Amino acid sequence: MRSVGIIGVGAYVPEKKLTNYDLEKMVETNDEWIVSRTGIKERRIAAKEEAASDLAVKASKRALKQAGITADQLDLIIVATVTPDMVFPATACLVQNQLGATKAATFDLSAACTGFIYGITTATQFIKTGVYQHALVIGVDCLSRIVDWEDRNTCILFGDGAGAAVLGPVEDGYGLLSFDLGGNGEGGDLLKVEAGGSRLPASELTVANKQHMIAMNGREVFKFAVRVMSKSTQKALDHAGLEKEDIDFFIPHQANIRIIESAMKRFGLPREKVVVNIDKYGNMSSASIPVALNEAIEQERIKKGDTLVLCGFGGGLTWGSTVIKWSMDQVE
Amino acid sequence: MADTFNRVKELIVEHLDVKPEEVTLEAGIKDDLGADSLDVVDLILNLEQEFDLDQIEEEDSEKIVTVGDIVTYIEKQKQEQK
Repeated sequence: MRSVGIIGVGAYVPEKKLTNYDLEKMVETNDEWIVSRTGIKERRIAAKEEAASDLAVKASKRALKQAGITADQLDLIIVATVTPDMVFPATACLVQNQLGATKAATFDLSAACTGFIYGITTATQFIKTGVYQHALVIGVDCLSRIVDWEDRNTCILFGDGAGAAVLGPVEDGYGLLSFDLGGNGEGGDLLKVEAGGSRLPASELTVANKQHMIAMNGREVFKFAVRVMSKSTQKALDHAGLEKEDIDFFIPHQANIRIIESAMKRFGLPREKVVVNIDKYGNMSSASIPVALNEAIEQERIKKGDTLVLCGFGGGLTWGSTVIKWSMDQVE
Repeated sequence: MADTFNRVKELIVEHLDVKPEEVTLEAGIKDDLGADSLDVVDLILNLEQEFDLDQIEEEDSEKIVTVGDIVTYIEKQKQEQK
């Protein structure tokens, strides 16, 4: 089967910044506390008229441009999100329409913060088998819309953004070398938005009880994340026949700097190999990994032939890692 | 017991950036050694790895307040593993 990789990347974050100092005026907290507990200094918030598809389209146009293809060449669009524009139609359909990607199959994928990893892994299979030629995978979330702005434990953590990748056939031996995906529904209660579905449809009561907002057990999610990051990364490396010393760049989901530091210490990876941008954006759920990847490319840190590990974890519980031998030449 | 204490002490010195003499059995991990809530979680994860323990349950980890509590917990687990 042919090699498949990322041939274009793009990102978009909303203009409006919300700093820790802004948050000090909203809830009982302060900049020093937030920075030391999370590593976050500011995050982006979508404008009133902006929804997930708007962010996704902007990121996608950049990714398509970098890939050097047009929207009508896309065979598949996957949008990984937990904050779609609406229950249905799928955000992928809205994006398809905006882009004019008339040939593309479209679906949304729900794997919370692991969504982008699930998405690129899924898209890769269609191209590997030769059924499809080009796929667009977008990680996008507007968590600001489902955050409880009165809960100081969670509202400081999240931000909005979108990251997109175009996948297609690449040179032999390059691209996605291996993956590890996983789920554990037993931990579903640790991180959830419980209302608005068929279990608890929206009612005056669900609104009053704040059941449409993110509820999280931070301490247990922290432990889960640290444990699963090293385990999943090791599995993906094993599948690729590589060692941790072979990793040039590690791009983790940006949930909390303390999770990243703890996991990297456990795994034994030096800080300079880890891509971190949480200080500027907070946790953008499925958008965190592609936005960080895009930033590392723009900063010309990643070059052709580098071995990357992308590693995500989140609600579900879900997790996933991919090993990628980078196939793109540095962008001028 | 003394061996467990010394290994716990080493781990705490490394993770919380404190002086060895500050780490006594009576020392409160948060109150005396300056750990925040995430340091405690991180410390528990490292204890599991260092002492090859089963995952420490949330209700057990909530009871860990002093260095002595950690040593007692590990000793008890070791007994049960035997």
